[in-house]
Amino acid sequence: MSAEESAVVKIALVSCGSEYAGVQPEFEEAAAKVNAKFVFPEVDIASIDTIGRDFGLEVASGDLRLMMARAKAVVEGTTNVDGVFITTCFRCAEGAIVRNEVRRYIHKHSRIPVISYSFTESTTAGTLLTRLEALTTIARRRHLLTREVQTGLTAGIDSGSTTTKAVIMRDNKIIGKGWVPTTKVLESAEEAYSIALKEAGVSREEVQAMGTTGYGRFLIGNHLKAQLIQEEITVNSKGAVYLAGRQKGPATVIDIGGMDNKAISVEDGIPGMFTMGGICAGASGRFFEMISKRLGVDITELGALAVKGMHEKVSMNSYCIVFGIQSLVNSLAKGSTPEDVAAAACYSVVEQIYEQQLQEVDVREPLILVGGSSLIEGVPMALGKLLKIDVLVPENSHLIGAVGSALLASGFIEE
Amino acid sequence: MAKVFIYPLNSLILADLVERFGHKPLTMMSQIREKVTGLSLDSPPMNITSEDPKLGLKYAAIEVPAGVRGRMSLMGPLIEQTEAAIIVENPPANFGCIGCNRTNELIKYLIRSKGVPVLEVKYPESDDEARDFVNKIAEFLETLPREKPEENEKAKEEGLPEKEGKE
Repeated sequence: MSAEESAVVKIALVSCGSEYAGVQPEFEEAAAKVNAKFVFPEVDIASIDTIGRDFGLEVASGDLRLMMARAKAVVEGTTNVDGVFITTCFRCAEGAIVRNEVRRYIHKHSRIPVISYSFTESTTAGTLLTRLEALTTIARRRHLLTREVQTGLTAGIDSGSTTTKAVIMRDNKIIGKGWVPTTKVLESAEEAYSIALKEAGVSREEVQAMGTTGYGRFLIGNHLKAQLIQEEITVNSKGAVYLAGRQKGPATVIDIGGMDNKAISVEDGIPGMFTMGGICAGASGRFFEMISKRLGVDITELGALAVKGMHEKVSMNSYCIVFGIQSLVNSLAKGSTPEDVAAAACYSVVEQIYEQQLQEVDVREPLILVGGSSLIEGVPMALGKLLKIDVLVPENSHLIGAVGSALLASGFIEE
Repeated sequence: MAKVFIYPLNSLILADLVERFGHKPLTMMSQIREKVTGLSLDSPPMNITSEDPKLGLKYAAIEVPAGVRGRMSLMGPLIEQTEAAIIVENPPANFGCIGCNRTNELIKYLIRSKGVPVLEVKYPESDDEARDFVNKIAEFLETLPREKPEENEKAKEEGLPEKEGKE
């Protein structure tokens, strides 16, 4: 590990209420795990009375005004930081407005990576870990993330909540793929990896570097002695723009995973703003699995079914997976066709992503849809209809995590 | 001596004024101090835990943000003790400031609806207003009982001299 990579990452904590909500110790714990520390940008107390007018957003709460003053200190460089974590109480409308505008302000006026989050008293260090890991990676490994070409012979494994994917890449080409359902994390990874190696016609010993990502990244990465163990925000962003051939300029990546979703605003392949959702599996791949099961079709057939249906004919809200399935049962009982139900399910999922996640990320074209759910044809169609823009689904869109890992891992061959 | 709730709750100037007139100011500083020095809690000074917002449920419902309920777990007990209150409107941040205006709205409402004497004054903008401001607060504090009737009765029963107004 280089000196740059082992250095402590300074993150400006721009927050309101985290101490009183009792979650500050959780924040500190998550930061310590990724070798980061929070700093609080110094501001003149008198500026709290005038910042509303200076910033242009006049709010009543002093701590929210303090957030704006601190954001200004970061942008103006009076406090030097590597990243910014913006956070306010969940369910506070005034806080949500300030959180979003402060995030946009920092993003517009600096190149400092920013993440935002709304907490409850139940927020744990574990919930924040992936987000802070991504933030510190962007700050710490920017040079690695600028890699656009895969070199040598590398492997990537993405241990997802539902499926485990593996790829083998050689000289910028995918030469082997493995895709298996996740049962036991290590065994599934071994299986997917073996399938990919067999297809590539290479042995484990020949592989020069490996990267792992996804929920099981640490377990698998340590077991297989991977050079790169990386969270999925940065890896998937990289994989998505690489597969879509849009490594330069802006892009928005939407990854509908088996258990959660990610919306990531990307510039030159490096994530800027991002959100991770997952209040309920109703807006994830798991919902499609349940819908397919109930309709008696294989999940691979659900997309073809959906494109033939009309979502408007079925009322479905998959905010909650239980109520979503209830809507499905009710509509089938009323005589709705499986095509319309499948279309409604696709529309419902993208509607949730729009309502819950795209509000916090500026949608900049091209919009690249990835993850296993992108293979369900009805999903990109519904997303395109909702956002009224063309949705790009690259080839091998379900393998982005594994491809991103293999691509970034090739940086370690030269190192 | 009356227990006087002050708003802003961390205003040193208001706390000092109340004390000078022989009353006890109810301040955020005392609550925070208790948190920081309490033996059962670790990692001071930010040693509020996720249990505190739950204590705040006594004053605000679950749909109220955790930051408000966490604050209420500290401020609510002060409101319960309140015998009189001084509320200063529109103070600048350096006079005293509670970071969350939703909490401010709630604590002022709870104080006003408690039925105790409340003085509401505007933060002064000029020297004349400042004199007027201090005079109004002084007059209000003068009207508050220096001792509680039950304290005097207890003292009489025990054959002790009546308590002085000041501590």
